[in-house]
Amino acid sequence: MKAAVVLFPGSNREGDAARALRQAGAQTSIVWHADYDLPAGTDLVVLPGGFSYGDYLRCGAIAGRAHIMEAVRRHAARGGLVLGICNGFQILCESGLLPGVLMRNRDLRFVCKRQHLRVERNDTAFTRAYRLHQAIDVAIAHGEGNYEAEAETIERLEGEGLVAFRYCDASGKVGGAANPNGSTNDIAGIYSEKFNVLGMMPHPENLIDPLVGGVDGRGLFESLSRAA
Amino acid sequence: MTVQTQSQRPATEPANEPAITPELVAQHGLKPDEYQRILDLIGRTPTFTELGIFSAMWNEHCSYKSSRLHLKKLPTKAPWVIQGPGENAGVIDIGDGQACIFKMESHNHPSYIEPYQGAATGVGGILRDVFTMGARPIACLNLLRFGSIDHPKTRHLVSGVVAGIGGYGNSFGVPTVGGSTAFHASYDGNILVNAMAVGLARTNEIFYAAATGVGRPIVYLGSKTGRDGIHGATMASAEFDENSDEKRPTVQVGDPFSEKLLLEACLEIMAKGCVVAIQDMGAAGLTSSAVEMGAKGNLGVELDLDLVPCREPGMTAYEMMLSESQERMLMVLDPEKEEEAEAIFRKWGLDFAVIGKTTDTLRFVIKHHGKVKADLPIKELGDEAPLYDRPHVAPVKPAKLDSASLPAPLGMDAALKKMVACPDLASKRWVWEQYDHLILGNSVQPPGGDAAVVRIEDGPKGLALTTDVTPRYCYADPFEGGKQAVAEAWRNITAVGGRPLALTDNLNFGNPEKPDIMGQFVACLEGVGEACRALDFPIVSGNVSLYNETQGKGILPTPAIGGVGLVPDVARSVGLAFRVAGEKILLVGEGEGWLGQSIYLREILGREEGAPPPVDLAKEKTHGDFVRALIGDGMVSAVHDLSDGGLAVALAEMAMAGGVGATVSAPGGDSAASWFGEDQGRYVLAASQDKADEILRRAAQAGLPVAVIGETGGDSLRLGAAALVPVRELRDAHEGWMPAYMAGGRKPA
Repeated sequence: MKAAVVLFPGSNREGDAARALRQAGAQTSIVWHADYDLPAGTDLVVLPGGFSYGDYLRCGAIAGRAHIMEAVRRHAARGGLVLGICNGFQILCESGLLPGVLMRNRDLRFVCKRQHLRVERNDTAFTRAYRLHQAIDVAIAHGEGNYEAEAETIERLEGEGLVAFRYCDASGKVGGAANPNGSTNDIAGIYSEKFNVLGMMPHPENLIDPLVGGVDGRGLFESLSRAA
Repeated sequence: MTVQTQSQRPATEPANEPAITPELVAQHGLKPDEYQRILDLIGRTPTFTELGIFSAMWNEHCSYKSSRLHLKKLPTKAPWVIQGPGENAGVIDIGDGQACIFKMESHNHPSYIEPYQGAATGVGGILRDVFTMGARPIACLNLLRFGSIDHPKTRHLVSGVVAGIGGYGNSFGVPTVGGSTAFHASYDGNILVNAMAVGLARTNEIFYAAATGVGRPIVYLGSKTGRDGIHGATMASAEFDENSDEKRPTVQVGDPFSEKLLLEACLEIMAKGCVVAIQDMGAAGLTSSAVEMGAKGNLGVELDLDLVPCREPGMTAYEMMLSESQERMLMVLDPEKEEEAEAIFRKWGLDFAVIGKTTDTLRFVIKHHGKVKADLPIKELGDEAPLYDRPHVAPVKPAKLDSASLPAPLGMDAALKKMVACPDLASKRWVWEQYDHLILGNSVQPPGGDAAVVRIEDGPKGLALTTDVTPRYCYADPFEGGKQAVAEAWRNITAVGGRPLALTDNLNFGNPEKPDIMGQFVACLEGVGEACRALDFPIVSGNVSLYNETQGKGILPTPAIGGVGLVPDVARSVGLAFRVAGEKILLVGEGEGWLGQSIYLREILGREEGAPPPVDLAKEKTHGDFVRALIGDGMVSAVHDLSDGGLAVALAEMAMAGGVGATVSAPGGDSAASWFGEDQGRYVLAASQDKADEILRRAAQAGLPVAVIGETGGDSLRLGAAALVPVRELRDAHEGWMPAYMAGGRKPA
């Protein structure tokens, strides 16, 4: 598995993502946003968390138009794997690789805490290491994580099984108080139609160590590492 | 951006500067005798720009003119101290070629006027202080004090300050791992926002402000200069009055995105060996940074302001010299590596401009449009700043309160529930969940415990970090309160298994021109100094914030302490949560049931009286060293220090954190004094039966007062025969207060 983590001005979890990838055995490099090409042989592109361009326009809007994103689109069109975490998810939506938009959190405050997610399917390159409907304990840290899309889009996502994760409580019960940002249908992450692109708000890369909260995030990187 | 700078421009006409009148001098915060000092020093009337420069350098905030004399008495040395006070931040050696660089600084006045931007730029400023020295920031903390919860502005201030701290730190990408938030009416018109940053560097790659070499280019880096923040440091050196809102334009505007780029660019050129000297532009901006670089290096500095990158046209020399626009740096570069450095800055999209050079004249010369706007002796600008031995009267020590004579209006169940939900003791989750405390993946002990523990890189070492002070103790007895602030920081670091190494202080007081306030300051510092010496816990950096008064009313004296300790192996650090049932609960230390100045006295009896609990520093040290050794040897599963609210509140916090109850008897019986007394130098431990026996054996050998006082288990906290409260009820009360308060009667989201 050869992974490329894209560094935009204002990215700040690129190191966390790289650490998780390396721990899972992926050969990982950092790629500059102004480059036009991905390193040869890249299997997986990761758009990390952070505040690209300060999130001063809309989150991800400027990064979505960076030079490197042309290469990421080509990579995705070829069926290459793309993972966007937090700001990376916002960038995927802004670049058109995934539908919908991340709005301000329901209570208008940034929220950082541990959060459970229900794994909606475990037959993708990202989730094979998990059990179906497993409730995994990861982290969230965002101010704009409230996923919304037109009704038809939501219907299509649900109909085609493109919802990757939903917010749940420790027992796996989805929604209600367990939804930290008001996202539609408690959506925490979605796949592209071919399941090769995943955008998610939570941070599995921050739960990879028993000393720092737990290791539920490892499964995602281990799945990816085994995928190529 | 809500901050408007345009309307408050100084009345400057570029071609025709205002005449220097006594009124103009007074508007610059300079007293007549201080102005006379300027005349004596330069032998002529200063220009308008020079007057501005003097006001920037000689205000309280930059010159420490009221405090310098007393700060000198503080202990600042230890074998592991690499750099004490006087640089951008303090530096300590943490072994393996690694250094920890840290400092705390206040942004009180700006945060009251414009809470979001004031707090945000406070975080930005302290982060810059740390990475200016070559460190990558790995953690932030803060210490916040707000007015009464009933004051009409408090919610607005809490909401803005917390959002501002989060807004800056979250975007910059450093975890905010700890802090302290409390309320008291004395802060109604003058809140405290103290921010601390902690960074890591190699001991042989630390960067300083002192310039070297004559004729070297001085380089301006970072964001452009605008009209924001002009006279910010002067504002910070004056009391507030009813017109303080008009000072909003003196508050700077933060741009964490630019700061993140500046961090990456600075660390990159430092690693390439381009940097000779570096100073960030903080308070008093270009003036203070340029003077600092020259004066520390025994060199003159000449600047050509035509070359300064400006955000708007038509800025005068005066405005450029006094602007406090954020995210700017001044550097002296190795001339051979200037091009390389410029390329790195351009890559990050930041401004890079050579704006002057070092000289051998020891003069600070400012040119603009071909004219000399200032020509001043550079060393004297700092060295000859006024120094005052302000008159001070020793505070009167209050009489000790007889705890036994107090009424007990509430039963223990009700009292405990009320205590854990009172504003100062209630959970501050609402606050710290707005801070990204998980980024970088090293937060081994996250917010909510005694001290945060942040792993260093891949470990096994870590740093234990805390901010502490008990202002009500400092007000009642500044000397004992000063001691207690240091002792509590030391104790909190110890409670997670850290060896306390050094601290940074942020001394927040009222108007030093009042002898009673100055008396508080002097006595507090004596207490701080005594505790630092006894605990081998030197002060390596700090900040003084005076004139924290509004309409003549001072705040409680608040010498905030930011402590740093080293945890040898983070896998051995412990938290405060009871983890399992059936463990023994032990109490280290003993007390007489001290209720004077306690939270119980204030919250349950509505009284703020008596003497605060004294700190026996010798006992503090032996008890702490004993506990730390137990943690290092893996003997305990939970540790919590006893502070606000005494034994009962400590036990409640341990039970709530782990969701495990306990049955405990207080050594002093079931009185309010023995459950809620705030006697110092104590810890609660949890350990398995066999380890508890071993702990008792060790304690007996060392002659220390350690006793088994109960056992974990069940769903309730049972305190002797006095109280039986389900842990869930405690938790609901404890977690519920702050969201409900901030929702202001609306249903919390």
